Amino acid sequence: MPTALPDAVPASAAEPGKFPLILGLDTFGDVTHDKLDRPLSHAQTIRNVVEEGVLADQVGVDFFGIGEHHTTDFPLSAADVALAAIAARTTRIRLGSAVTVLGSDDPIRVFQRYSTLDAISHGRAEVILGRGSSIDSFPLFGFDLGDYEKLFEEKAQLFAEVLKGGPVTWQGKTRPPLRDQDVVPYPESGPFPAWIGVGGSPQSVIRAARYGYSLMLAIIGGSPARFAPFSQLFHQALEQLGQPARPIGVHSPGHVAATDEQAREEFWPRYLEAIRKVSRVRGFAVPTKESFRYEIGPQGALYVGSPETVARKIATNLTALRATRFDLKYGMGGLSHEALMTNIELYGTRVIPRVRELLA
Amino acid sequence: MTDGTSAPPRPPRLAVLGAGHTGPVIARVAITAGYPVTIAAAGDPERIALITQVLAPGAEPRWAADAVTDADIVVLAIPLHRFTTFDPALVAGKLVVDTMNYWPPTDGVQEMFEDQRYGSSEIVQRRLARSTVVKTLNHIGYHELEEQSRPADSPDRRALGVAGDDPGAVKLVAEVIERFGYDAVRLDSLRAGRLLEPGGPVFGASLRRAGFELAISTEAG
Repeated sequence: MPTALPDAVPASAAEPGKFPLILGLDTFGDVTHDKLDRPLSHAQTIRNVVEEGVLADQVGVDFFGIGEHHTTDFPLSAADVALAAIAARTTRIRLGSAVTVLGSDDPIRVFQRYSTLDAISHGRAEVILGRGSSIDSFPLFGFDLGDYEKLFEEKAQLFAEVLKGGPVTWQGKTRPPLRDQDVVPYPESGPFPAWIGVGGSPQSVIRAARYGYSLMLAIIGGSPARFAPFSQLFHQALEQLGQPARPIGVHSPGHVAATDEQAREEFWPRYLEAIRKVSRVRGFAVPTKESFRYEIGPQGALYVGSPETVARKIATNLTALRATRFDLKYGMGGLSHEALMTNIELYGTRVIPRVRELLA
Repeated sequence: MTDGTSAPPRPPRLAVLGAGHTGPVIARVAITAGYPVTIAAAGDPERIALITQVLAPGAEPRWAADAVTDADIVVLAIPLHRFTTFDPALVAGKLVVDTMNYWPPTDGVQEMFEDQRYGSSEIVQRRLARSTVVKTLNHIGYHELEEQSRPADSPDRRALGVAGDDPGAVKLVAEVIERFGYDAVRLDSLRAGRLLEPGGPVFGASLRRAGFELAISTEAG
């Protein structure tokens, strides 16, 4: 049984079983558009993401995460490099992946990159590992989707071993064996926080508990409340495995603007377009205005509206899910960099203080 | 074999095979609808005891063979790529509900399902030659199954298709779908069940009966 990883902050900062409230932002680095609605280049999109991370730090956001993707619309395939650039220009904000598609990566390399980020940022690195719902990386790196489950299981276990520190001895089917292998650089203050992102697989919840990860629930459609049993499953699994309590987080998409109406009007056409593309890939029917209204309402998974609307929904769902962390996945293909900067500013200066107030 | 001519006097017993994304949700909805439910994954039921207890309280975790033996209806809720190694003998003589989908952009290419002349459930039926296959539940998101369930007279009740070659089996499964909280639209062959597949007119679409029937008739016409 691997020893547990530390929590997002040292345990001393929190009562046992009670974790500090963390309010972060995640991006998939969608290609942004200019004022004339023309797509910006990949290079400019990436530079903009760095600016967004720096602003997030300035306005008091706790965490900034970048989700790895490998497509024309999502050019941020090397999230850790962008995070390192943000680290060099910030002092406070925590930085991490959201998610690292671990199944098509090497746990040793992932550790090395994020441990390097931890060094550059003076201990502000985290990882959220996932099986990945976007599977572009599998054919790209020559992995078979049929091994999706096995790849993630083995690699999550190995990553937990490496993170514990000390020489690693390991054997499996998905990479060459390791014997008393030192993996460097050593993190300065012990293992950095590591989470597993879960979209709907109960086995992934159990896996997170077994290997000592915290749990990040990726809720991208339907009612957030339906994930409450997953929180319960995580707590009970930890208990059964004799593991200490660990925090639960929620990651959901949304968009904050000055008013509900403005947020809706900016977000809807971009959302429709993005989902249309996803629909083609995944074979499902295109969403309607009606289904969108449901998703941004109290029962849905989207956080679109004024700071007050979004803050209330975050507070309600964190309570319902017994979660202490919320990451807003901001940005939606084709929104402008300016709209994203406004979103970040409102999230940091208005939403976060209001959520803290509501949950105090 | 399922004779399909008379529904059993007691509610049919369901065995759900699979404890991933969809299995526990189907088990929970079935328990709520009043069915006796067993659930099995590959191997020891002990390994899914906690998942079952928390996500589908009331369902009984079992070894797959034991779950199937007692079941009137076996719900196949495993990822399609795992079906290639599924043993047909396990469900011989049983009514099998196929909830799986074949969609290469997200599942990768599976040789067994690459024959464009057949729908995935037709291929499943051919492989499970001694079972009676009915296709349903493949075209609603597992995360929607619980929250979109409505009583019979609700104006916003969603429709789901139920397709199969055996009218008795289709009738039995349609009754289950109705008790799950959906309007069952029957299709009279697994071949017609191709209308329920990814890329089709009703896949992932929340439609009421009239809209559902229109969507599949437009497509079929």
